[in-house]
Amino acid sequence: MMLESMLQETISVAAALMLLISFALLAQHRMLAVLHWFAAQGIVLALTTFLVAVLSDQKELYISAILTLLLKGALLPWLLWRIIRRMHVHREVETTVNLPVSMLIALGIVILSFYVAIPIERMSHNVTHNTLAIATATVFIGMLMMITRQKAITQVVGFLSIENALFFTAIGATQGMPMIVELGVAFDVLIAAIIFGLFFTHMRTTFESLDLNVIQEKIKR
Amino acid sequence: MTDAVIVWLLNLAQVALMVFTAPLITGIVRKLKARLQNRRGSSVLQPYRDLMKLFSKEVLLAENASWIFRSAPYIIFTATVLAVSVVPVILVNLPSSLIADVIAMAALLALARFWLALAGMDIGTGFGGMGASREMTFSAMAEPAMLMSVFVISLGAHSTNLSTMVEYALHLQHLLPSVAFALIAFLMVAVVENGRIPIDNPSTHLEVTMIHEAMILEYSGRHLALIEWASQIKLVLFITLISSLFFPWGMAESVAILPIISALTFWFGKIVFIIILLVIMETLLAKIRIFEVPDYLLTAYVLAFLGMLVHYILEVGV
Repeated sequence: MMLESMLQETISVAAALMLLISFALLAQHRMLAVLHWFAAQGIVLALTTFLVAVLSDQKELYISAILTLLLKGALLPWLLWRIIRRMHVHREVETTVNLPVSMLIALGIVILSFYVAIPIERMSHNVTHNTLAIATATVFIGMLMMITRQKAITQVVGFLSIENALFFTAIGATQGMPMIVELGVAFDVLIAAIIFGLFFTHMRTTFESLDLNVIQEKIKR
Repeated sequence: MTDAVIVWLLNLAQVALMVFTAPLITGIVRKLKARLQNRRGSSVLQPYRDLMKLFSKEVLLAENASWIFRSAPYIIFTATVLAVSVVPVILVNLPSSLIADVIAMAALLALARFWLALAGMDIGTGFGGMGASREMTFSAMAEPAMLMSVFVISLGAHSTNLSTMVEYALHLQHLLPSVAFALIAFLMVAVVENGRIPIDNPSTHLEVTMIHEAMILEYSGRHLALIEWASQIKLVLFITLISSLFFPWGMAESVAILPIISALTFWFGKIVFIIILLVIMETLLAKIRIFEVPDYLLTAYVLAFLGMLVHYILEVGV
């Protein structure tokens, strides 16, 4: 019982942290800061997985915690940073909607996903209380980031943060997926990141830019 | 009957404590900051000496100063002291903090700011008007954020009364994420409200981006002393509000000698701790561009709002 309530509390604190980080990702002006927050998201995710593993006594979650830490907390941010450095991308984040407005939209998203999550929680018994709403919100905020950013790299960060949010949903709602699924997803993400890297080089050699507006102009011509 | 008298006396003592330690706390801030910058710094009592000196000096008024300019320092000082009396420092449930709530406190601070802006414009110099316009622009965004962040706690406490809120915070059993959101938002706003470094530099008179100093450039003598003192009190008010609302440990709940003494030491310890954080932050950070302040304040507002949402989503449930 004691353990159960501790588990609940850990998950709800972690949910709040995830929400905070996804807002922080949205609010950054600089590319490096975006990557820092993305790494922080991975670390929080790994920590949550670890705590859930300790509290619910599931051995395989330890492996997935370590995997998350290495992959999402270190390797992916580092890969993205290397791409930025090699391709001499402009280090400011460029947005289609300005930052304050996108933060306000994100607030609306949180309210919306809270509203959407209410019936789901009524129907199921084992969904941990209301973390679902926050997890949905973080998924949507990742999408918002993909929509409103002009650089391909920030869009990829948005995509990867969606994946982080989905992983968090799995941890928070059902305390972990089967190991096979998790390993598969982890390697998928890694491979996706590598493919993105290849994409970036191709985009750069054909269009000489990673800015989507420039690319669009060039395609029109 | 006598009980009520004692409680009121304690209340007055608490207000007097805040008002008269304010210069000392500013002195400690300056000293620590000087030490971090490898300077010796003036004594922690220097602000008292400055105030004494200013009080004994003659007041020089500009030719076209109206009654607004002359009365503003008194109104600002009184409003700030009244605002301080609302905040629970040592004891909870004191009469003056039961009379008024946090909205009244914010209103009193807004009144002080309104008069400061009026006085800034009254003389008609370029700097005064510029400072006033900036102050009003930023406060229009800072106040909602401040109230929102405090309301996160009042949502849990079911009251906007500071005393009730502090009592609620004292008896919290769990770690509440929403309170953490509110704390970050409140810290961000407190920096703006007191004109500390990422927003405004309190130790300069000659900077194009100054806000607070621009409005009081024309003041001298006891008028200047009162305004400076009021802004020192405001700093203590915000630090105390942070410590009482978010870290209320050690506050006395009953009128007895021992709890009051321990609460007093707790208060001072917490204040010094917050000051150290403030000083480190001021030393590490550079001032941000004035056009980025709205973004900064909006972030604070969004955080406070998120705190509210998180309170509903994670802590209450529907």
